[in-house]
Order: sequence, then structure tokens, then C-alpha cells
Amino acid sequence: MSAQQATLPQAEHPQDALLRTERIPHIWCAGCGIGIAFGSLMSAITKSEIPRDDFAVVSGIGCTGRLAGYIHLDSFHTTHGRAIAFATGLKLARPQGKVIVASGDGDLLAIGGNHFIHAARRNMDMTVICVNNFNYGMTGGQLAPSTPYGAKTTTTPQGSPDEPFNFCSLAASCGATYVARWTALHIRRLTTAIAEALNKKGFSFVEVIAPCPTAFGRRNKIRRSLDLLKLYYDNSVVKNHIAPGEATIDFDNNLVVGKFVDVERPTFLDHYAAINRGEVEAWPATGVDASAAGKRKAG
Amino acid sequence: MKFWREPLDVDQIKVTQGVVTVLEERCKGCEFCISYCSRGVLVMSQKFNRKGYHFPEVIEPKLCVNCHFCEVICPEFAIFSQEAPEAANPGASAGQGD
Repeated sequence: MSAQQATLPQAEHPQDALLRTERIPHIWCAGCGIGIAFGSLMSAITKSEIPRDDFAVVSGIGCTGRLAGYIHLDSFHTTHGRAIAFATGLKLARPQGKVIVASGDGDLLAIGGNHFIHAARRNMDMTVICVNNFNYGMTGGQLAPSTPYGAKTTTTPQGSPDEPFNFCSLAASCGATYVARWTALHIRRLTTAIAEALNKKGFSFVEVIAPCPTAFGRRNKIRRSLDLLKLYYDNSVVKNHIAPGEATIDFDNNLVVGKFVDVERPTFLDHYAAINRGEVEAWPATGVDASAAGKRKAG
Repeated sequence: MKFWREPLDVDQIKVTQGVVTVLEERCKGCEFCISYCSRGVLVMSQKFNRKGYHFPEVIEPKLCVNCHFCEVICPEFAIFSQEAPEAANPGASAGQGD
């Protein structure tokens, strides 16, 4: 075997070029889906052939938040929930670069929910990758806004009484230009989606449904990560370009995955440049009839 | 592999031969690569690595077709495949496998 290996072109993992290998193995549990999403992100970055210096990866707090520490690019590990706020500043300071925000559901859409919806509304030119594992994994598996109705967590031992968020629908309704959702086992499609999102001008959002065997699976009697991965994959239905509101996460045979939104819209920077150049007409565009206004005042 | 219609160029198609490398010390034993290898190349080793996890072992090196799926599914970046050098791969031809 060793003689055969000597003739092989390489003995290093192909992703090692983008990894801070001195920090590997990472802290994520055995069977965690974040590693798969991370690998997809690195494959997409490699495939895009954009110079490495143009990338910046921002992440918040949480399991997925650790991602920024493992990628060998300019990366920032920001305060809890403020990854998008930080990325907005980064984009404004260096508009020619590509800003990637990679974080978990708790960071991006629980504490950082308002930053998320306003970045989508303004159409900030960034790629947001949300690894959704349906709970707050790092702090011990508490209820998250994405926890399915009835699922058990540390803080809801009888089952979650809440309706979960539909992140893709939220992003689309706030004005994101690219919205896709894939499970961690749709690896090739996920990589393609991230690559498309990277090339998309505007707010692009990719949700990755990832298994969390330690915190989420264990409390719901699915201890093996493989079973969780399979559960998500087997119940998934690919429906591209459907209305994001109909893209439900229903674990009973209707976990909708696919690319839901792919539209063009001017970004915040386009609008901002137009305002600064004085190209935008005074608001409101129809103008105000001064004589009519005077009459009303007199009457 | 069974075809519903025999491809016309079946005798010219070369099945690539891959060589799987396992970086044992990185593995955490999640079994993703073993379960999702479509050719059954891998099996769980009886040995432990330094962190106390079992890691995958190559038992059928000839069956690997270098599809890279173990490489992309591994959350630990602990396994990868690459094309075998030509010299080590003389018998790769169509119709190989079941």
C-alpha cells in the first residue's frame, strides 16, 4: 500500500489549501452536518475561481460560528447575532470584495433576526449561508425559532409548543435575490447552490438542513447522525421555483428543498451611488401641486 | 451495472480507478463515508485512532471508481480519493463490477 501511495500525486486532502490545518480536527461533534456544509462552501469557493484575497468570511456565535476560525481566508468571528451587521460594514468599506456570512439558525435568525431582514430589504450584496440544525446546539440544545412543532429540546421537554420559522419564506418576502434550501446530504446540489449564490449580485441566502445528533437528535431518540441525515433526505422533495411560502419543512414526506428565488434587483450600493450622484428625482416623483395645497390651507 | 439498453460504445468506456486515502487521525467515526459509498469500498476498522474513534478502512480498493463522494460527505476532511496512476491501473475497462 505504501509503495502504491508513493506514486500518487498527493498525500494531502484537497481541501487543505483552504483550511487552517493546524486547527483541525475541529470542535464539531462526530456526525455534525456543519462540516459537510463547510466542505461545500470551500468547494464552491474553489470552483468560483475568484481570487482568495477578494473573499471575507464572517460568522457569529454558535457551532457554525466557529467556521470562520477554520477557513484560511480573511475571516471574522463577530459578536452574537451581529454577523450580518459586521458584513454590511465590510461590504460598504470594500465594495469590490465578496462577503460571505456563514452562521447558524440561532445566530442569524434568532438574535440576529432584525439584521437579517433589513439586510435582505436593502439587498446588501452578500452571501448568507445558514446551517439550520433546529436547536441551539452549542449551549446544550435549547429551543430555537426553527425547532419543529412537537420536537423535544432541553427547554421544552414535553415538545415544542411553537410554530417554527420558515427562513426561506422570510428571506424571500424581505427581498432576497437568491433563496435556496438543501439538506446536508444533497451535497452536489448544495455546492452548486452556494456557487450560484456567490456569483449572484444581491442578498443571496442558502439554508442547509444539517443533523445535530448530540443536542437535537439525542433528545428526540434519533441518536445516530446517519439516521438524522437519512430522515431529512428521505422526506425531502425537490421543488424548484415554487412560492417560498409553500416551501414547508414537514418531516412527514414534505420537506421541500430546492432553489426558490433567483431574481435581479438593484442592490443597496447601486441605490446609494445613484442618490450620491443626484440621479434620483425628488420624492414624490409626481410632485406636489402647490396651488392646491394653498387652497386647502385657506379653506 | 445493468443497463436497460446496452450503450453502443460500452467496449470503449474506461471505468476510472480511484485510490482512497484515509487520514486516520482526523476521523471521528461518523460512518457517513461507509454508508454512502456506492461501491462498498469502505468498512469500519477495528482499530482506534489517537482520539479513540474507529476509522474507515479500505477493503475493496479495486471497486473504487473515484466518484469523490466520500471526500465531499466527510465532515472532518479525513478521507479523499484520487485517480490511480496508469501503471497501477492496467485492467480498468468496461463491464467491471457486478
